[in-house]
Amino acid sequence: MARELPYIAAIGEAIHQEMERDDTVLYIGQNIATTDDDPYLKAFGSDRVRVTPISETAEIGMAIGAAMAGYRPVVELYMAEFMLVAMDQVVNEANRFHYMTAGQVNVPVVLKAGYGFTAGWAGQHTGTIYGMFMGVPGLKVALPATPADAKGLMTASIRDDNPVVFFHHYLLTLEHGDVPEGEHVVPLGQANVVREGGDVTIVALGYMLGQALEAAEQLASEGVQAEVIDPRTLAPLDTATILTSVEKTGRLVVVDQSTRHGSAAAVIAAEVASEGFSSLKAPVQLVTALDATIPYSEPMEQYLLPDAAKIAAAVLESPVPA
Amino acid sequence: MWRIRAFEERVGQLTRANEVHGLVHLSTGQEAVAVGVCSQLRDDDVVYSGHRAHGHALAKGAPMGPLMAELMGRDTGLCRGLGGSMHLVSREHGFLGATGVVGGNVPLALGSALAARLSGSDAIAVVFFGDGAVQGGIFVESVNIAALWRLPAILVCENNGFAEFTPRSAHTVVERVSDVVAPYGFPRETVDGNDVHAVREAFGRFLAQARAGEGPFLLECLTHRLGGHYEGDPQRYREQIGDEEWRAIDPILRLGGGVDLEEEARAEVEGAVEFARASPFPPASLTADLVYA
Repeated sequence: MARELPYIAAIGEAIHQEMERDDTVLYIGQNIATTDDDPYLKAFGSDRVRVTPISETAEIGMAIGAAMAGYRPVVELYMAEFMLVAMDQVVNEANRFHYMTAGQVNVPVVLKAGYGFTAGWAGQHTGTIYGMFMGVPGLKVALPATPADAKGLMTASIRDDNPVVFFHHYLLTLEHGDVPEGEHVVPLGQANVVREGGDVTIVALGYMLGQALEAAEQLASEGVQAEVIDPRTLAPLDTATILTSVEKTGRLVVVDQSTRHGSAAAVIAAEVASEGFSSLKAPVQLVTALDATIPYSEPMEQYLLPDAAKIAAAVLESPVPA
Repeated sequence: MWRIRAFEERVGQLTRANEVHGLVHLSTGQEAVAVGVCSQLRDDDVVYSGHRAHGHALAKGAPMGPLMAELMGRDTGLCRGLGGSMHLVSREHGFLGATGVVGGNVPLALGSALAARLSGSDAIAVVFFGDGAVQGGIFVESVNIAALWRLPAILVCENNGFAEFTPRSAHTVVERVSDVVAPYGFPRETVDGNDVHAVREAFGRFLAQARAGEGPFLLECLTHRLGGHYEGDPQRYREQIGDEEWRAIDPILRLGGGVDLEEEARAEVEGAVEFARASPFPPASLTADLVYA
């Protein structure tokens, strides 16, 4: 049975259910459980639900240590940028231990990081920074675009034996959608073909899925049928599903809110150019943010960011195969 | 102090009216710290702030019209609409700025202190931070270097008892920030941060020594954040202060002084709002043009 839930509540439901199912799941972070009636605190107690100081390096490092000792911590980071304060722990500790110890230890930690809050939050709280984690060996990267996937990917992330950075988009926080009740797992590494079409493949990352679907509707009214794919995780990346689609359509547009040269879109484009070159009938198009920091002022913000109109324009203006 | 109070209250209204957008943190209730410190500084003394920066910017001399215009995203803003509330800078007034990441400003201020030392100037650097920043590793790293190199910097902690949404007791077992730096041996003091005379007197002593080439110093100002962490914060995590209790500690009431100051300040704020409203938005392409120097 499914019922409607907001995206953020779907993530919370996954954490809650996994904490019920498995006593080793911990929930730690700044500003969580600040009232006595906090639902996590009431259900699981202050041993497993821990508020921390503003000490990202110690929070994440400690979570990694607890993970190596057999626990499954979920670290609430709120803003993805706060991970940057603790970068050594994220990209040079958590991800290396399993490998460097030849599998003697695992690091099943989830770093829950909000991103992309482009609503006047200016330069330091708005980055779409998953691209910089995508190529870090040993890290997995989840990127839910819908409430159902948010629940399913969080569940899979908690159960995974590797460190997972779970990126949720702040502008999706209150978006509603059908979410299955009870256990719901979306495997890491399995893309979703959200809309079928034969003329062009649009791979849309995270928040951009909604924009891409909107663009696809507009394109349909102009006689272009777009196939829209949501990779759902960047590491592992389900390249096969994308290649299969491009084989059918011959055209690829990749949409990403990241800065162009730091984008996951650039990696996906390179994979398709490398592995699917013979399928391509037109150059791959990237629709990304410009390579600039998010500005505060609203008109500049809009100028910088990709949206449905820019996606549709990229499709319509790209060379059409003869 | 009325200028800051009136400005912050108006920004709160404009945020609710959606004329100021994004994430806004007000310093209502903490005015005495900004004024007690900045009123003694020169333009070549550098001040760094954090996410709660409006009051510091005003006290350091940033003009109110461009400050308001920045918050309204206009081309005439201090940072031409690129920075916004959390990233205010007015270089010519020695307000080198605000960073939105807690604790990120502390080493930057040490860099300004080092630069002043290297260039033979007697200018000093001041950094404002909250009690929440002290639990970050960057704070300890910075304090250690400042002490080791005897940098002419004054670290000013606005201890309002709350790190974002969490009380200090949930963050640390050390009650006083001034005790955190005790082992480093430099002068430190905790004062009533809602008493502008106390802040001025203690900061003034440190300032005189810093001008003479000594440092660093830490001044902890105990104060009260009257509003939430950000505008719109429902504040379910704390009891609201009662009116009577607030009147007893309100730094402006405690200073006394005239109704005319308040009226003058509110009129200046309205002028700033008008200036901002009449200003154009920046050209959108500015965001791409300014990526590199």
